[in-house]
Amino acid sequence: MASNEEILAGLAEIVNEETGLAPEAVEMDKSFTDDLDIDSISMMTIVVNAEEKFGVRIPDEEVKNLKTVGDAVNFISGAQA
Amino acid sequence: MSTPTLQQNPMREFTRILGIGAYRPDIIVTNDDVCQWIDSSDEWIRQRTGIVTRHRAGRDVSVVDMAEGAAREALRGAGIDAAQLGAVIVSTVTHPYATPSAASLLAERLGATPAPAYDVSAACAGYCYGVAQGDALVRAGTADYVLVVGVEKLSDVIDNHERTISFLLGDGAGAVVIGPAERAGIGPTVWGSDGSRWDAIGMTHSQLDIRDFSIAAMKNEDDDGDLAAVGDEHAKLWPTLRQDGQTVFRWAVWEMAKVAKQALDAAGITADQLSAFVPHQANMRIIDELAKQLKIPDSVLIGRDIENAGNTSAASIPLATHRLLQENPGLSGGLSLQIGFGAGLVFGAQVIELP
Repeated sequence: MASNEEILAGLAEIVNEETGLAPEAVEMDKSFTDDLDIDSISMMTIVVNAEEKFGVRIPDEEVKNLKTVGDAVNFISGAQA
Repeated sequence: MSTPTLQQNPMREFTRILGIGAYRPDIIVTNDDVCQWIDSSDEWIRQRTGIVTRHRAGRDVSVVDMAEGAAREALRGAGIDAAQLGAVIVSTVTHPYATPSAASLLAERLGATPAPAYDVSAACAGYCYGVAQGDALVRAGTADYVLVVGVEKLSDVIDNHERTISFLLGDGAGAVVIGPAERAGIGPTVWGSDGSRWDAIGMTHSQLDIRDFSIAAMKNEDDDGDLAAVGDEHAKLWPTLRQDGQTVFRWAVWEMAKVAKQALDAAGITADQLSAFVPHQANMRIIDELAKQLKIPDSVLIGRDIENAGNTSAASIPLATHRLLQENPGLSGGLSLQIGFGAGLVFGAQVIELP
């Protein structure tokens, strides 16, 4: 079971791989679209990679609710519990 | 009385694609053209989709016209006379008549009459569905030669101001002739459907809605005589394509990578033995991600016709294959993995020997 800090760090790594954004830029309160400029296709790639990394399932309809990095961290954390 | 003995057609062992043809309509639509209708930029569209231009057909060019252009080239390439065709299959979702089919008119124009002729509605998987049927018909001895056409006039079913799919789409036709071969030239088809995601890509509404609107509009005209308002509403009511891009992207990459792998396995081929990889040209990022998931080696040429053709649904794979062969004639005789996927959802994949 990963802690929220570990999930954030893992997510930052995935975002970095997909977009080239510095991992430090991936903070809990950042919006994927508005702050990090991540489009819907990149978001899906990040979601699929996160599913694999954290062993969780993130349904398509849930992806639309993941507005901020914190939303994603909390969802993954909840799904792991 | 003894039981009568029925005869069945003798089976053939092998088939291959004997010839390929393409038709690209004249009108070139640039990203700057598209940006008159949606708030975007050439750079954004290139980055997000890989599309630079698309071909579109004018009002005077029909689905059957485009199909005919591609079919004639495929027949010439195959060295086959249209009269030898044992079936004409047209995969399309944009022939504007529910009946009669585009295929029967095409067969007549080509001089293939009385070959059986029918349309296939399998959207962006339509070409691979057609190849599966052509292969089966020839191997079963039902036909000697089969013409398979993928053709779309998607410009008739787009809304220029819509952002999920319209700006990606183009028009065109690709055709192949399938016939008997000395060695295996068409691997087993891995195909299927997933109607649980029927809503992921498709038309905004049905023909019945147009009928109901027309009735309402006529009443409206009687009451107020306001024809201009009726015209506006009618434009809105014309059914156009939509997609849930995120859902489709996930399915197109991670589910379709599995299907493509199954097609390779079924053919007994590994990715490094391919000469070409031609996935449906939906979006350059789907093409790139699929190639990554399948670990397609650098030695394999990848169909990237989307750059100049846009997404042409059923036509995209034969168009992209045709272009690869034109630019690299040495590919002839090599193996190509092709996979179509789209509205339905439906999918089909096979490894073929390039003509």
